[in-house]
Amino acid sequence: MSAETAAVTDHPTGLAGRFANWNVAIIAVTVLVIAVAAATVDNFGTSQNFGFLVLDLLPIALVALPMTLVIVTGEIDLSVASTLGLCSAVMGSLWNANQPIETIIPVCLLLGAVLGAVNGFFVTVLGLPSLAVTIGTLALYRGLAFVVLGDGAVADFPALYTNWVTGTIGGTPLPNVLIVIVALAVVFGVILHATPIGRAVFAVGASEQAARFAGVRPGRLKFWLYVVSGLVAGLAGVLWTLRYSSARADNGAGLELAVVAAVLLGGVSIFGGKGALPGVIAGVVLLASLQNALRLSDVSNEALNVVTGVLLIASVLAPNLANAVRGAVQRRRHRTDLL
Amino acid sequence: MTAVGLPGVSTRRSSLDLVLRARELGIVLALALLVAVTAISNPRFLSAQSIRDILLGTAILAVLAVGQAVVVITRNIDLSVGSVLGLSAFTVGTLLRDNPGLPVVVALLAGAAVGGACGTVNGVLVRYGNVPALVVTLGTLYVVRGITYFWAGGQQINADELPSGFLDFGNATLLGVPFLVLIAVVVLVVTGLVLRNYRAGRELYAMGSSPQAAELAGIPVGRRTVLAFLVSGALAGLAGVLFAARFGTIDAAAGTGYELNVVAAVVVGGVAVFGGSGSVWGAALGALLLTTIGSALAVLEINQFWQQAIVGGLILLAIGADRLVAARVAATLKKRGSHVS
Repeated sequence: MSAETAAVTDHPTGLAGRFANWNVAIIAVTVLVIAVAAATVDNFGTSQNFGFLVLDLLPIALVALPMTLVIVTGEIDLSVASTLGLCSAVMGSLWNANQPIETIIPVCLLLGAVLGAVNGFFVTVLGLPSLAVTIGTLALYRGLAFVVLGDGAVADFPALYTNWVTGTIGGTPLPNVLIVIVALAVVFGVILHATPIGRAVFAVGASEQAARFAGVRPGRLKFWLYVVSGLVAGLAGVLWTLRYSSARADNGAGLELAVVAAVLLGGVSIFGGKGALPGVIAGVVLLASLQNALRLSDVSNEALNVVTGVLLIASVLAPNLANAVRGAVQRRRHRTDLL
Repeated sequence: MTAVGLPGVSTRRSSLDLVLRARELGIVLALALLVAVTAISNPRFLSAQSIRDILLGTAILAVLAVGQAVVVITRNIDLSVGSVLGLSAFTVGTLLRDNPGLPVVVALLAGAAVGGACGTVNGVLVRYGNVPALVVTLGTLYVVRGITYFWAGGQQINADELPSGFLDFGNATLLGVPFLVLIAVVVLVVTGLVLRNYRAGRELYAMGSSPQAAELAGIPVGRRTVLAFLVSGALAGLAGVLFAARFGTIDAAAGTGYELNVVAAVVVGGVAVFGGSGSVWGAALGALLLTTIGSALAVLEINQFWQQAIVGGLILLAIGADRLVAARVAATLKKRGSHVS
C-alpha cells in the first residue's frame, strides 16, 4: 500500500515531530470548536447539555480506549459494536428469564471478554488478517444478538442501576458515568504511555519482528488486547442498555465506524506504531461536540456525516500534505545552496 | 488467477492449479449442497419465481463484488460502495423522473459516471494523498451518504414517478433471463477476462502481491490504483441503476450497509484481503452463495435472524480455509524450489 512506502522514506525524527504536533493540533481544534460552539450555539454551554454530551460520547469513548491499543499494534477490531449489541441482547434475555441484575452484569462482561478472545484466537493463533476476521465476527455477533433476542426490546431494568447511569455526581452537572470514562482513560493512558506493556504495544506496531527479537511476544500481547477490547465493548453494552433502559439486538449498530474515525482523528496511524491517548480522547470529544453543536443548530444528522467523513480524511491527509510541502521547500533550498 | 506471483512454475502448475481452484470449487460444492437440501425439504425453492428472485438479488451484489474484487486484488479496500450505490440510484431516479423520455442506456451510463467520479476521488486520495484506502473509503462512506441525504432530504422517488420504460427494463427478460442478470454477467465476463488476459489486469495482481516490487518493475502504480477505484466506483454506480430498476422505490438510504455484504462476498469468494490473489469469478460465486443462503433460510422457515450469523461464520470459515490452502501452496513451492536449486 502506498503509505507503507511513505513510512519507509519518512525521516524518523520527522515522524516523531509530526505526531507531537498532531496531538497538540487536535486538542487545540477541539478546544476551539467547543469555544465557538459555546459562544454561537444556543444551549450548547448549558450544564444540562454538557451532561447529554458526556452520555452521548460514553460508548465511543469507552470502546476507543482499547481500540487505540489494538490499532497501535497494527491490527483492527471492527466487531466491537456487534459485541456491544450481543451483550445487550444477552442482558435482555437473562433479565427476561428473571435473573438478578447482579449476576447478569458480570456474565455480560465475561461474555464480552470471551467474544474478544474469539477474535484474538483467529488473529493470533491462526494468524488470519484482523480486518477480515473482525468483519466476520461483526456479522456473526450481530446475527447471534438477533438470534438471542429477536427484534424486540427488553425494558424495565432496575431503577437503581438506570438512575445511576443517567444520574449526576452530587449537585454537579457531571454525570456519574464520567467517573467510569475518566478512570478507564487514566488506566489505559498509563498502560500505553508509562509501562513496559505500552512500549511493547508500540514496538509490535512499529515492527513485529524487531519486537519479537527484543523479547516481546506479539501473539500473546495481541490476544489479550482483543480480550480487553471485547470486555470494554461488553461494559459499553451494559451501560448502553442501562442508559436507555432498553436491551435491543441492534444497540450500537454502526458504532465501529465512529470509533475507528475518532481514533484515527486522534492521530493514531492505521499502520500501527504511532498514536497517543490524549489525541484520541480529543478526537472523541471533537466528534461528539461537533455532532452535539450541529444538532442543536438544527443541522441534520445526515449533514453531520459529511463533516465526520471530511474530518476523517483531512486528519490523515493534512500531515501528509504538510510533509510533502516541507519536503519540496527543503529540496528547493538545497538546490539553491548548491548553485 | 492461478499463476499469480508464481513465475517460473508455469510449465508444471497443474497440481498447483488444482489446489488453487479448490477454493472456488469449495463454494460451488457448498452452493450445490445448500440448493439440494433446500429443494428436497421444500420444492417451492426451485420455482421460477424463487430462482428469479435469487438471480436478481445476486446480479446487484455480484456487480458490486466484481468491483470490490478489483480493488482488493491491489491490496486496497473500498468501503464506500454502499453509499455510492445510494447516490447513483438517487441521481438516476431524479434524472428519469424529470426526463421520462431518457433511454435506459443513458441511465446506466449516468449511474456509472456518478460512481466513477466517486471512485476517482477515492483513488486519487489513496494514491496521491498517501492515505490508506481503509481511511479514505471509511470517510467517503460518510461523505457520500451525507450528500445523498442532504440532497434528498426526506423525499423518496416512487415507482409511479419513474418512466414505465425503465421499470420494464427492470422486469424484462431475454429468453427467460432477466436483463439485470445479463448485465451482471457481461460485467463479470469482461472484468474477468481483462484481469486474466490483459496487461493492465495482470499489473493489478502484481501490485497486490508486492507494491514495492511492482513500482520497481515499472508498473504505473499510481494510475493503476486510480483505475481500480474508478472501476469499483463505476460498478457501484451501475449497481445503483440496477437497484433503482429492480425496486422502483429509491430513498437516500438505498444500499446502506451493503459494504459489509460486498466485502463478505469477496472474502467468501476467495479473494485474499492482503491482495495479489483471487478472481472475480470467485467474488461473483460468493455473491450467489450469500444471496442463496438468504432465500434458503426463508424457504426452510429458519429464523431470518440466523442469516447474518451464518454470513459471519462463512467469512471466518473462508479465510481459515484460504490460510490452509496458502500454507499448502507455500509448502509445494518450497519443495519445487529445492528441486531447481
